[in-house]
Amino acid sequence: MPQLYIATRKGLWIATSDAARATWTLSEPSFFGTQCHHAVLDPRDGRTLLCASRQWHLGPTVFRSDDLGQTWKEAATPPRFPTGEPRGRAVDHVFWLTPGHASEPGVWYAGTSPKGLFRSDDGGVNWAPVAGFNDHPDQPTWVGSDKDETPDGGKLHSILVDPRDPRHLYLGMSGGGIFESTDRGEDWRPLNWGVAMDFAPPRDDGSEYPFGHDPHCMVQHPSQPDRLWHQNHCGIYRIDRTSPPSATDRWERVGKNMPPEIGDIGFGIATHPRAPDTAWVFPMDGTGNWSRTSPSGKPAVYRTTDGGQSWVRKDAGFPTEQAWWTVKRQALAIDDLAPVGLYLGNTNGELWASDDEGDSFRCLFRHLPHIFAVTVGTPA
Amino acid sequence: MKVVVPSQLRGYTAGQAEVEATGATLDAVFDDLDRRFPGFRFRVIDEQRRLRRHILVFLGEHRTDDLDTPVLGHQTVTIVGALSGG
Repeated sequence: MPQLYIATRKGLWIATSDAARATWTLSEPSFFGTQCHHAVLDPRDGRTLLCASRQWHLGPTVFRSDDLGQTWKEAATPPRFPTGEPRGRAVDHVFWLTPGHASEPGVWYAGTSPKGLFRSDDGGVNWAPVAGFNDHPDQPTWVGSDKDETPDGGKLHSILVDPRDPRHLYLGMSGGGIFESTDRGEDWRPLNWGVAMDFAPPRDDGSEYPFGHDPHCMVQHPSQPDRLWHQNHCGIYRIDRTSPPSATDRWERVGKNMPPEIGDIGFGIATHPRAPDTAWVFPMDGTGNWSRTSPSGKPAVYRTTDGGQSWVRKDAGFPTEQAWWTVKRQALAIDDLAPVGLYLGNTNGELWASDDEGDSFRCLFRHLPHIFAVTVGTPA
Repeated sequence: MKVVVPSQLRGYTAGQAEVEATGATLDAVFDDLDRRFPGFRFRVIDEQRRLRRHILVFLGEHRTDDLDTPVLGHQTVTIVGALSGG
């Protein structure tokens, strides 16, 4: 039965369901009082759980459990930049965790703030920088300055491993854009054609910016890996890669088909595990002061079943007024059951769920701390 | 010398508020603490040898951010988790 790994500003909680997803029980917190940015169960063994954590005073680290969160052991070598490196980077927090390819048990990737990519080959015990990205000669230009960062630091996120090829990797940076590698991280190239960048003036020569964009969250369809979706600071996008993947492949702004009064700004995005044309987003207010709350205080998921050509509002069960939610980029998750379950954690500490692919929602838990991330796992 | 450990770090010291360590400099003291309590140092000092932003270190009553500061055996090293959080 699925479990939810609820990473919050003050600890990690694990929710476990019954077979029907009707009854959920909530664990006592792990890492209570610490900021937990992401907790992910390894789908390759259904036992190994990693959690990225820091404490207000203490530096960043990764904890590992091989008994589903009953006990934890800290990484012997957490993600860190080389001591004495010329740019003087130091990891502030580990933001993102991604299990490696099915053929590479024990491999994990981590994305950090400031923007860095790290890999572990031993199940998260020891981590090493991916020099091909962190020290790429163009990387300082890609990541930009501190003006290209979210308020608590830039983020390297959405590390994706092509299920057909462990050498083919994607990542996103806020800001910086989307990049891909076809040689297991030795070299990288931007993949942002077609993506708007409304926060920069048009280029003098009229060409598109090759990087510098602000993807918030990117997902890859598991059975049709050439299809990716991403929710950007400037819209909702879908891409269908050519074969072999070309650096000239273009994203299509399918968010232009969202209702104009709602817009296509948001943080998270999810795609159906079996239906590549189906995806869900949770729009937020990206007008005026960018409150990043539900537009008009009326939370709603929007679902497409036709590849983004149309979107349908799904709000049954949600408050109908005065609900000023923010759902962060890691806090919109799905399970792989039939029908698909959808889970949203908001910054007010509420965990909402749908067991009918978004047709209706109910609140599973409230009064948790500010939720950073929700992931779903199926224990072995 | 004696090292006073703040509550945030006692998970590494089996709950002990005071521990013993050796070293001729603060840097060496933290290396020794890391040998005794694996993981301790990186939570307090980043990979570029900078004290974390909200960690204060005192030698006796004198605060220092310099890891090369000499430490004498009779001195007490006090680590403080300064104002932070919310």
